[in-house]
Amino acid sequence: MIREITIGQYYDEESVIHRLDPRVKLVATLIYIISIFVVNNIPGYAFVVVFLGICIALSHVPFKFIVKGLKPVMIILFITIAFNMLLTPGEILWKFWILKISREGLKAGATMALRLTLLITGSSLMTLTTTPNNLTDGMERLLRPLTRIRVPVHEIAMMMSIALRFIPILLEETDIIMKAQMARGADFESGNIFRRAKALVPLLVPLFVSAFRRANDLAMAMEARCYRGGEGRTKMKPLKYNGRDYAAYAIVWLFLAGCIVLRIVL
Amino acid sequence: MSMTLEHVNCIYSADTNHSVHALKDICLTINDGEFIGLIGHTGCGKSTLVQHLNGLIRPTDGLITYNGQDIYGKGFNRKELRGHVGLVFQYPEHQLFENDVFSDVCFGPINLGLDRKEVELRAYEALHAVGFPDEDFESSPFEISGGQKRRVAIAGVLAMKPDILILDEPTAGLDPKGREDILELISRLHRENSMTIILVSHSMDDVAGYAERLIVMDHGSIAYDDKPQEVFKNVRELEAMGLALPEVTYIMRTLKRNGYDVDDTLTTIDEAVDAIVSLYKSRHS
Amino acid sequence: MGIIKTEKLGYEYIRRDDEGNVSGITRAVDDVNIDVEPGEFIAILGHNGSGKSTLAKQINAILTPSEGEIYVDGMNSADPDKLWDVRQCAGMVFQNPDNQIIGQLVEEDVGFGPENLGVPTPEIWERVTESLRMMQMLEYSKHSPNKLSGGQKQRVSIAGVLAMHPKCIIFDEPTAMLDPHGRKEVIRSARALNDVEKITIILITHYMEETIYADRIFVMDKGRIAMEGTPKEVFSQVEKLQELRLGVPQATLVAHRLKAAGLPIPDGILNRQELREALKACL
Repeated sequence: MIREITIGQYYDEESVIHRLDPRVKLVATLIYIISIFVVNNIPGYAFVVVFLGICIALSHVPFKFIVKGLKPVMIILFITIAFNMLLTPGEILWKFWILKISREGLKAGATMALRLTLLITGSSLMTLTTTPNNLTDGMERLLRPLTRIRVPVHEIAMMMSIALRFIPILLEETDIIMKAQMARGADFESGNIFRRAKALVPLLVPLFVSAFRRANDLAMAMEARCYRGGEGRTKMKPLKYNGRDYAAYAIVWLFLAGCIVLRIVL
Repeated sequence: MSMTLEHVNCIYSADTNHSVHALKDICLTINDGEFIGLIGHTGCGKSTLVQHLNGLIRPTDGLITYNGQDIYGKGFNRKELRGHVGLVFQYPEHQLFENDVFSDVCFGPINLGLDRKEVELRAYEALHAVGFPDEDFESSPFEISGGQKRRVAIAGVLAMKPDILILDEPTAGLDPKGREDILELISRLHRENSMTIILVSHSMDDVAGYAERLIVMDHGSIAYDDKPQEVFKNVRELEAMGLALPEVTYIMRTLKRNGYDVDDTLTTIDEAVDAIVSLYKSRHS
Repeated sequence: MGIIKTEKLGYEYIRRDDEGNVSGITRAVDDVNIDVEPGEFIAILGHNGSGKSTLAKQINAILTPSEGEIYVDGMNSADPDKLWDVRQCAGMVFQNPDNQIIGQLVEEDVGFGPENLGVPTPEIWERVTESLRMMQMLEYSKHSPNKLSGGQKQRVSIAGVLAMHPKCIIFDEPTAMLDPHGRKEVIRSARALNDVEKITIILITHYMEETIYADRIFVMDKGRIAMEGTPKEVFSQVEKLQELRLGVPQATLVAHRLKAAGLPIPDGILNRQELREALKACL
C-alpha cells in the first residue's frame, strides 16, 4: 500500500536532466513554480505546459510513470476544485438546493487545478531525476550562506539523507510488526475511527522503540567512524558546475522572462 | 486437525518487471502432532510459506485448507484461524508494546474476544509454560533480558492456545545457553501438550535433534520432505543449496570414509557418542 | 606496549529512577587487564550480558572507563585530544548490519569515514576502491545497501572501517544476526585482514566455531576475564565453559564425551579433522 506511492521516487535513467547539477534543478524548480503564478492567461499557460513538456521529454521518464505519481494527490485536487467552484460568488450558471456554481467559480477552479497539476508535475520531475542524496547535497550547498545566521545546514542535510536511507527499512519493519500483531489477532481494518486509532498502539509503540534503537545504534556507528559534524569534512562527490549547468540556468531565467512578458503584453 | 496446501503459488509485485516468484507450486500436508523442521537458505521462501499458513499472505493461486475448509472460502474467519495457527515471527521481542509483561501476553486472548477471567488464566498459563518467573510479571517488557523478552513474546502467541505453533528462527541472536533453552522449551510444548510444531531455521544443528520430519526449501520450491535421516543422505545437493549437515553427521561421515563401520546418518551428539563408544568396545574386547 | 592495553579497567552503568536518583549500578566491566600485541587475532567470548560489548565500546572510546585506563596504540582513550586518533586507529564493526550503514550507495558509505577524517577527494576514491576490492564488494559499489544480503552488508561495513586505515578492528558480534552463509563470509574476511593486512583483530562473539582460529581467547563473565588462553587451552575445559553459559564446538563436545566414556582421547580437540586423527589413534 504505502510502497505504491511513486510521487517523488527517483527514476533511474540516463538523460540530460538527470545529469544536471542538483543545485540547478533546485533553482530551476523554484523559478518554474514562480512562473506558474506569474502567468495568468491561456497563451501563458500554454507556454508553461510546452516548457514542462520539453523537460519531461528530455528526462526520458515515461509520461505514464509521472501520471501514476499524480494519482494519490487527485483527491486533494478534486477538493480544491470543488471548493473553488462552489464557494466563489458571481454570475450563477447552475443551482441545486444550496449548491451554486458561478462562472467565476468555474474559472477559479479550473485555474487552480491547472496550477496545482503543473506544480506537482514540475516538482516531481525534479525528484524523479535527482537521487535523494544528490538532492540533499544540492540543498546543503545552496543553503550554506544560512550557516552565517547559525542555521545548522549541514546537520539538516545529514538528517535528511539518513531519514531517506531509513525510510525503506522502517516501512518494511512496519509491515512485519503489523503482520506479527495480526498473528496475535489484532485487527487494523475494521471498526470506527476511534477503534482503528486505538488499534494502532500495538503497531506504533514497537515501531518507535525500534526507531530509537536504530537511531542510537547509528549515532554510535557514526561516532565510531569519526563523524564530528560538517567542519573539516571533505566530500567524496563534490558538486561542480559544467557547461550544461550554466546553459540550463540561462534557459530557466529566459523562461521566467518569457512568462513575465506574456503577462504584461497580453 | 490438519492443514493442507495444494499447488500454492505466490508471486510478489506480479504486474511489474521486478516480480518475484516466492513460492512455486507448493503441495503440503501438515498432520496433527508433527514436529516439522522447515529449512532453507535466506530468501528461499520459508518465511513467505509460513505466513500463508495463518492467512497473513494470500496465495496468488492454489488452495489452503484448515480442517478441510478453504481458508479463503466464504464465511471462513481468518482471525479465528490465527488463534489456531500461532505464528512467532523472527525477533518476536520487537513486537512487545505493553507497559508490563502480563498485559502484553493478554493481548492475543483479548483479541480472541474471551472474557477477562479466561484471558488472565491463559496469560498466566502461557507465561508459566515458557518458564517466566512470577515475580517479574509486572516488569516492563523493555527492561528484561533478551532471552526473557523472547520467552514473553512466545508466551504471547501460546496464550492463544494454538493447535499449530510456527516459530520463525526462534533462536536467532541468542547465546548458546539461550538457544538451548528455547529449543528445549519448544520440544517440551510438543511432548507435553502434543502441539504441532513447525520450526523454521537455516541451521540443521538446531532442528536435527528435535524434528521428526524435515522440509527443505530451495528457490521457492520444496526440495525434500522426509525424515531427517533420509534428507541428510543428499549431502551434495544440500550443500549446493547453501545448507550444511549437522556437524555430528559430518563427523560420522568422516569416520565412515576412513573405513570405520558406523552409521553416517546420525544427527545428535548422544547418538554419535554411543555409536563410537560401542565401536571402541567391540574393538577392544 | 601492545596495541591495546588495559589496566584495571572498569565500567559501571548507573540506572536512575524518574527523579534522577540512583536506583541501581551494574558493573559491566570489572578489573580487566589485557594486553594485545599488534597483528594478533583475539576472540572474546561470553554469554549475553557478560560485559564483552561494553569492553569493545571502551576500546573505541565510545564509552570512557569509569575506572582504570585503556591505551590504544599508546594513546589514552580518555584523553579528549586523542579521541579521533583512537577511533581512527581502532575501527569498529557492529552487530546490526542495517543500523551502521549511513550511505545510500555502497561506495558512499565506505567513503563516509575518510570524508570525516578530511581526506582529499581523489584519495577518498582510491581508499574506497581499495577497501571494496579487499572485501570483494567492488562490483556492488553503485548498489543500494538495502538490496544486499546480511553478509554483504557486513562486508560493506568492514570496508567502511578499512577505508579509515585502522591498525586494529573490533568486531562486536558481527555475525549474531546473520545466516550460516553470511557468518562464514564475515569470519573469512576478518581472518584475511589479519593474515594478509596484518590488522589486529578483536572478535567478540558467542559462536564457538568462529573462535578456533584465534591466537588467544578471552572468556568473559560478570564483567571479568574468567578464562584466557589459546583455543586448545580454553576448549579443554568443557565443564567450565558450560558453567559460564557457553557451549563448545560440536567436535570438542563429542571428544569430551568420548573421553568421559573412557576412550583415550586428548583434550582440546577443535574440529572434526582433529577428532578423526584422535580416533584413528585409539580405534
